[in-house]
Amino acid sequence: MGYLDGFKVTFRQIGPSQRVTAPYPAEKAPKPERLHGRHVLNRYEDGMEKCIGCELCAGVCPARCIYVRGADNPPDDPVSPGERYGFVYEINYLRCIHCDLCVEACPTEAITETKMFEFSFTNRLDAIYTKDELLVDDDGRPRKLPWEDWREGEDEHTSAWMRATAPSGSAAFEGRVAWSGELGYGVRPPERGQAHEDLPATPGTTGTQDHGSGGH
Amino acid sequence: MVGSLTAVFAQDPMLAGEIDLTVVAIVLLKVVVAFVFLLVATMFMVWFERKLIGDMQNRIGPAIAGPFGILQTLADGVKFFFKEDLLPDRAERRVFVLAPLLAVVPAFLMFSIIPVGGDFNDGNGGVVTMFGRETLLQVANPAIGVLFVLAMSSVAVYGVMLAGWSSGSKYPLLGSVRASAQMVSYEAAMGLSVAAVVLTSGTLTTNGIVSFQAGEGWGGLLPNWNLLLTGFVPFVIFVIAGTAELNRPPFDLVEAEQELVGGFHTEYSSIRFALFFLAEFMNTITMSALFVTLFLGGPAGPAPVGPGWLWGMVWFFLKLFVFLFMFVWFRATLPRLRYDQLMDLGWKLLIPLSLGWFLLLAVIDVAGDQSWNPFVVVAGVAAGFLVGAGLLRLAVRAGHARRLSGEDAVGEPV
Repeated sequence: MGYLDGFKVTFRQIGPSQRVTAPYPAEKAPKPERLHGRHVLNRYEDGMEKCIGCELCAGVCPARCIYVRGADNPPDDPVSPGERYGFVYEINYLRCIHCDLCVEACPTEAITETKMFEFSFTNRLDAIYTKDELLVDDDGRPRKLPWEDWREGEDEHTSAWMRATAPSGSAAFEGRVAWSGELGYGVRPPERGQAHEDLPATPGTTGTQDHGSGGH
Repeated sequence: MVGSLTAVFAQDPMLAGEIDLTVVAIVLLKVVVAFVFLLVATMFMVWFERKLIGDMQNRIGPAIAGPFGILQTLADGVKFFFKEDLLPDRAERRVFVLAPLLAVVPAFLMFSIIPVGGDFNDGNGGVVTMFGRETLLQVANPAIGVLFVLAMSSVAVYGVMLAGWSSGSKYPLLGSVRASAQMVSYEAAMGLSVAAVVLTSGTLTTNGIVSFQAGEGWGGLLPNWNLLLTGFVPFVIFVIAGTAELNRPPFDLVEAEQELVGGFHTEYSSIRFALFFLAEFMNTITMSALFVTLFLGGPAGPAPVGPGWLWGMVWFFLKLFVFLFMFVWFRATLPRLRYDQLMDLGWKLLIPLSLGWFLLLAVIDVAGDQSWNPFVVVAGVAAGFLVGAGLLRLAVRAGHARRLSGEDAVGEPV
């Protein structure tokens, strides 16, 4: 019954167990831990800002969406532990491509990415996040801005990608702690890396080859 | 004149005698109920189709408007009402406005002859008592019966054709040319399989066809349905031709989005488009009801407890639902046919087959009357079938070869 086999295929799909669609606004599909969302500016455990205003993130940004101006720390009330701090910090989310190069470039792990991409604007100016909006709050959590759709537990994984490969984004340092503590979290544990058995099998290569450290 | 009119009306016992206010009220009530039922059923069908096809594609389908998204169609309808009603500059205005009505009115009329209920047990013939009058649970029971459906579906072709032509745009025109060719060719196969049913049942009226199928079938186990009595083949042909007549997948070349934008209704918007949409789904329901009436005994079925007319409705809707499901299943499974495949299937397979089967049934009928030797009849018919099929195959092959060589090309060979 070759012609009628197709009917069996479609009939077998009936039933809720095989559904792959999440009813989105009511329920969100789980996000990968290393997803690139909007940024946060982290703080040290004592509340000092990590950003030192070096502008490396702005320099590396391929979309030119970051605008940073550094300034000397006021001696009596320093904002960051170093000499300088990020005086102005703006990211234009109409330009950002979420490539995470800024995260790689940052020497102090000041900028990392949350999992949040569900926001919209009615005005182009609103798309430019200022330092007030980007900086984590006193608990070390990203600020839940009213036009963003945060759900329970979504604000926790703000630095997973960096913690999986740092420093310098190299997989050779996978699993080694080489970062400072964060406000509200302390020194975060390294993220579990991808084991070889997790990688998709490619014909012609064996599982033992290490592609991770190439070019380093 | 009065006598002949009575003969026409006498198909329904209520209209045979004196026609007073009660009778008029009952007829009006039936019309209103049928109208409302069709609208509600269309709403349900649109929702059901989207929900089921979503399920077959591992999606959810409409889920926001109302519980399980059941008010989705209502929301769509409201949206259509409030959209801008566009009239293209190059449209033939009067025809453009008329075409949706030509599509939707036959769709309503067609349903009027479908028996949706009634007590068909014990030779009752589907008669129920309503306000002290004996009547049938169908809006009309004309003597021409199923021919009325064929006539109305032919009128519906005009709706599609004129819509495409009057739009003043090329894609609608192409779509409507396809539609008229498709609907005209499949109507032939459909008519011939209806003829098989009429031959078996011995009547054209839908009520008569259902009454004929109400008795007990072979061995008292099988139902006396035309599906079995006509030997299954007319049913299959009728389902295929009916699907093509409805322009539903896999025969939806009329509105093949990939080729024709929207097909014949590309230039339509707002409520006029909604009318086409409504007509399409109403036709789907009517066609399913027609399958049930002609081949599956309509509302006829056992009535274990309670009033017979209620059981009639239950059986009718159960059978109807099977076909509604089938149409959605077709859509989820089958890819669209190419235009030449569509024409080949219609003209070279379905029409000869239904014609041959019709002759076969006629021969068997005559053989029974004349008490001919059944073995000789069967052998003769089988031989005739084989010869016919062989000749047809030869002809198709010869035509194909000639077309490829370009011998019979009218203009320059391609």
